[in-house]
Amino acid sequence: MNKKQSLLGALKAGCRYWRPLGECWGRATTLLLFAGALIVVSAVNSAAQNKSSCIECHTRLEGKIGDPARSIKDDIHLSRGLSCNDCHGGDPTQDDKVAAKDPRKGYLGRPRTVDIPAFCGKCHNDASFMKKFNPALRVDQEKEYASSVHGKLLRTGNEKVATCISCHGVHGIRAISDALSSVYPLNVADTCAKCHSESARMAEFKIPTDQYDKYKRSVHAKALYERQDLSAPTCNDCHGNHGATPPGIASVANVCGQCHARQAELFQASAHKVAFDNLGFGECIKCHNNHEIAAPTDEFLGTGDKSVCISCHKQGDKGFVVAGEMRGRIDGLLVQIDKSQGILDRAERAGMEVSRPKFELRDAIDGVTHARVLIHTSSTLEVDKVIGPASSVAEKTYKAGEDALAELNFRRKGLVVSLFFILFLAAVVYLKLRQIESRQTAPTAQ
Amino acid sequence: MRIASFGRWLDERLSISTIARTAQKKEVPLHRQSIWYYFGGMTLFLFVVQVVTGILLLLYYRPSAENAFESVQFIMTEVKFGWLIRSIHSWSANLMILTLFIHMFSVYFMTAYNRPRELTWVSGVVLLFLSVGFGFSGYLLPWNEVSFFATKVGTDIAGDIPVVGRTMLRFLRGGDEVTGATLTRFFGFHVAVLPALATVFIGGHVLLVQLHGMHVPARYEKNYRRMKFFPNFIMRDLIGWILAIGVLAALAAIFPWELGVKADAFAPAPAGIKPEWYFLFMFQTLKYIPAKILFFDGEVIGILFFTLAGAALLVIPFINRSPEQFPRRNKIFTVIGVIAILYIAVMTVVGYLA
Repeated sequence: MNKKQSLLGALKAGCRYWRPLGECWGRATTLLLFAGALIVVSAVNSAAQNKSSCIECHTRLEGKIGDPARSIKDDIHLSRGLSCNDCHGGDPTQDDKVAAKDPRKGYLGRPRTVDIPAFCGKCHNDASFMKKFNPALRVDQEKEYASSVHGKLLRTGNEKVATCISCHGVHGIRAISDALSSVYPLNVADTCAKCHSESARMAEFKIPTDQYDKYKRSVHAKALYERQDLSAPTCNDCHGNHGATPPGIASVANVCGQCHARQAELFQASAHKVAFDNLGFGECIKCHNNHEIAAPTDEFLGTGDKSVCISCHKQGDKGFVVAGEMRGRIDGLLVQIDKSQGILDRAERAGMEVSRPKFELRDAIDGVTHARVLIHTSSTLEVDKVIGPASSVAEKTYKAGEDALAELNFRRKGLVVSLFFILFLAAVVYLKLRQIESRQTAPTAQ
Repeated sequence: MRIASFGRWLDERLSISTIARTAQKKEVPLHRQSIWYYFGGMTLFLFVVQVVTGILLLLYYRPSAENAFESVQFIMTEVKFGWLIRSIHSWSANLMILTLFIHMFSVYFMTAYNRPRELTWVSGVVLLFLSVGFGFSGYLLPWNEVSFFATKVGTDIAGDIPVVGRTMLRFLRGGDEVTGATLTRFFGFHVAVLPALATVFIGGHVLLVQLHGMHVPARYEKNYRRMKFFPNFIMRDLIGWILAIGVLAALAAIFPWELGVKADAFAPAPAGIKPEWYFLFMFQTLKYIPAKILFFDGEVIGILFFTLAGAALLVIPFINRSPEQFPRRNKIFTVIGVIAILYIAVMTVVGYLA
């Protein structure tokens, strides 16, 4: 067999081997073509179903009329499968404008301002509908809104007040947990200020417009914006959101007490409560202010120039004396803590082990914090219940610091004495060695 | 009379007079480099200080993650002179490593490891390894933040050793992480395994030194004097030991060893975690090695290098034989030694300043 023959033989054998595979390939190609056709048909069908002629047309339009179509891409409703017709009605599958906006197909168009709460409420009041998207979501926003100052004014026909869209936006509404949402905690104050800082707009309602500036200077704003503490209160935490209303004098303490529960509780049981009610003072805000709430310092208490107590209490009256006493107790404890901290730091820098008294001193520091809360009782006796034990702790830790320094002194003296004996002993051995070596014969040379 | 008869009774059984006669006959070479002979004895003395203070610490120390820190705190604050014992233990450990390094390098440069002292050198190098083992295991025992994370880093490095690394890491830690199990294990190494091994090797090392006597460097071989081991040499040793006690007492009183903050496995590692100073040059080297060298992991190469360097240290006497016969080879060894000292010194300083 020559080379040519053997090559032909190999080719024939190869063809025999590959033929069944070729037949298989033919059948597979047919199947694949069929499957592809099915996919194309179903995709076309699905596209027809998802078609939104509203977005298609409005995207092409310039200016204000095209804005909804452009901003809706960020909208939470769209991301949950809802589209223009779910709010505005009509038939988005129709390319013809008239057919798409056919009132017979439920087309509503743009709602009037007074109708907006009900317009949103169509779905947001429907618990069974809302459950499909978020079972935890409240469905009483429209009712709450109706109870708000905004809602009440809207009912009178005043269209300058805020409705749902004033805070949440119209199209492009984002989830409240979205940092870009106008009602995200960091953005709430700015959203409210859009209207409430505008003096021309607010003139009609005769309300001040400096709340935003005042709030921005407050301890709450510092916590929210500087520390990024999202639990720090912003406008809606005190005023409510959908039911936004200024808290009355009688309910201010309840508002503050949501977070400052202990202080509110102590105040309610104090002698001040009755006096404030009689005088018509707004409990917490009388001393702490409302929007511009400053970080409280000990100077607020007592009889000094910056004290808030002296705005009502004059020298000689009981409140003046109690204010001075409570401040004196806290200042006294602070001095004790400072002294203890100082002596313990000194001992620590000298290398003494004082971590335990330093840890114990934290109890005294906690005592100051507790006493600062207890001043809301307006009772020196109550404050003393905390100051007493805290003062004992501070005293004990100061004693520990003194002991540490005494021990340090003892160690230094001990070191001097022991070094004297050690050097003396070394000198004795050295002299003895000299004596031995002088008696010995000279070292032998090799 | 009774004492004399008791002495005779003992001598009959222990041959004390024979040992004393031998000791009296024993002599130490006296030349310009004799000062280095004292560092071996000083290292041994500091080891004894370690044993004594270690036993005293054992009376109060509790080896568990829950109690270790508190027990050391108790020793430092409540136990009479507990602070002194613990501080001396820590300072003496560091001084012992220092004198050990000086002793080793003096032997190295004087080529005192040559025939017939090869095994004396080998036992000495093993004792160096055991000493750093003591240091590494003892560092964790106070269970403070720095020691916890330093152990974590140290055992991580051991875990990078090819083939055996993973097993070694788990063996050292008693699991995958540094936990109370690691502390108990390290305590076992520190007070049982390592002391047992150290006793055997110290015994062997000292015995070999007595057997072969002190080595005399070649340049002094023809011209040196002799000093009696007892009492002349031993009394000089004694003066050094007494002064060492003074130094330890001063260090303990002026710079008591810190207690630190209790270890918290869930806390983030504090910035600037560093090992003990005698590991610092290796730690710093590993930091400087690039992450990848060709296809190999940089850290692994660094670890392999130090492992090989340790192994090479052991076999030096078998490579640099007869320095008189091969002076050029000996010179290379001297240069390597100088480079090693400079490298260790520079990297340690850089490590501290970093």
